[in-house]
Amino acid sequence: MNLLDKLEAAAAARKAVLPSALSAFGIPIDEVYSATEARIGDRKIILLGTNNYLGLTFAPECLQAAHEAIDKEGTGTTGSRMANGSYLGHRALEQEFADFYQCRASIVFTTGYQANLGTIGGLVNPGDVVLIDSDSHASIYDGCKLSGADIIRFRHNDVVDLEKRLRRLGDRSSSTLIIIEGIYSMLGDQAPLADIIKIKNDYNALLLLDEAHSLGVLGKTGQGLVEKTGLIKEVDFITGTFSKSLCSIGGYCVSNHPHLDFLRYISHPYIFTASPSPATIASTRAALKLLRNGEDLRQQLWGNAHRLYTTLRNIGYTLGPEPGPIIAIILDDPQQALKLWQGLLENNIYVNLILPPAAPDNNSLVRCSLNAAHTEEQIIYIEKIFTKLYT
Amino acid sequence: MSDSNYDEILQLLSERLASISTSGLAITPEMNLINQLAIDSIKLLNLIMEIEDTFDISVPVNALTDVQTVADLAKLIHRIKSSQ
Repeated sequence: MNLLDKLEAAAAARKAVLPSALSAFGIPIDEVYSATEARIGDRKIILLGTNNYLGLTFAPECLQAAHEAIDKEGTGTTGSRMANGSYLGHRALEQEFADFYQCRASIVFTTGYQANLGTIGGLVNPGDVVLIDSDSHASIYDGCKLSGADIIRFRHNDVVDLEKRLRRLGDRSSSTLIIIEGIYSMLGDQAPLADIIKIKNDYNALLLLDEAHSLGVLGKTGQGLVEKTGLIKEVDFITGTFSKSLCSIGGYCVSNHPHLDFLRYISHPYIFTASPSPATIASTRAALKLLRNGEDLRQQLWGNAHRLYTTLRNIGYTLGPEPGPIIAIILDDPQQALKLWQGLLENNIYVNLILPPAAPDNNSLVRCSLNAAHTEEQIIYIEKIFTKLYT
Repeated sequence: MSDSNYDEILQLLSERLASISTSGLAITPEMNLINQLAIDSIKLLNLIMEIEDTFDISVPVNALTDVQTVADLAKLIHRIKSSQ
């Protein structure tokens, strides 16, 4: 099989899952009106499938900061952080992240994907071990592959299973990095952080927590699961992204370990790419301030999340294990999921469609993501349509 | 570990693969896991977790890079189990 044949085989495999579902992926958004509304074709739709948890995409403070940064510093840095791409804003944002988490230091990466690639790839090497939750995001898998370390999976959120796998490693457990997420993107459930920390301490391993979906969502000031549980000092490395609650693009790692800074010299995803643009950094800094002081936004977000989760469960839908901004409707087969997804779009509601093998346990998912800007009127309409489409 | 252990591993693997493959084909050692048995990456990774528990071993995901057939997988497990 030559190189192009392999691509054709991969495309055929994707098509084989459900040929009629191909149009559901990468659907073009023609115009964005607000944090909750957009146009697809000639339809004005409610956005119920974004990661815009605090609804800050059009926050005036962020828009103004971005505009001013473009005017002052231009559209791009045209260079790596290691070369000409380390502006005042990049360094200030790193300090602000360190302050936010009350950690020793932080590193800003160009994307959230690269934050995991760069952190994991720098921390572990061939001969080390990474123990990852089976529902981990692709950036975690890819970071592990990049590292060359031995990759072992444990069953999703199963601390007994994690302990069993650490035990099997014997002495190698002390050169093991455990990787988990604050909120998992597929089912929207949270990691059992306290139990995992106890096990990692028992086996002298290190822990990396990806707060991509929990930043801004959990904790009084929005730090994530570490703040909700009060366990920040027990977590060795925290990664996250700017592309969800912070509404831009980029990523970070924070840590109290002085070794964090060494990643700047060895992490290829940090070194060999251009740094985030001035506008990106400026809007992220403005959004981080809003996030820290966004208790009212979190209250609104969780109010929306609890309400829709309860309604969908009462209608009879099978849902992910706990309420949260990500509400996954679990369906038995791809055809059912596609039908629900199409029904929602025909009624002007956009959600995410996730088909095997992307969804856990060979399920098909229709995934809703709520945000703080969804109005009661919109939620009532969404509930009405889900009721109508239930079979 | 003796060859009979390898045979046992192969037998066990064949039974498990038969239960998760959607191909409907009878399992033979030379069969390709993806092309012939339609075992996607997630099914394979979940199968590996079961194998780890059955044999009380660690099978790194990256060790699967060279695994294409049922026999390749059996040999990998045999090798890891033998090295304990």
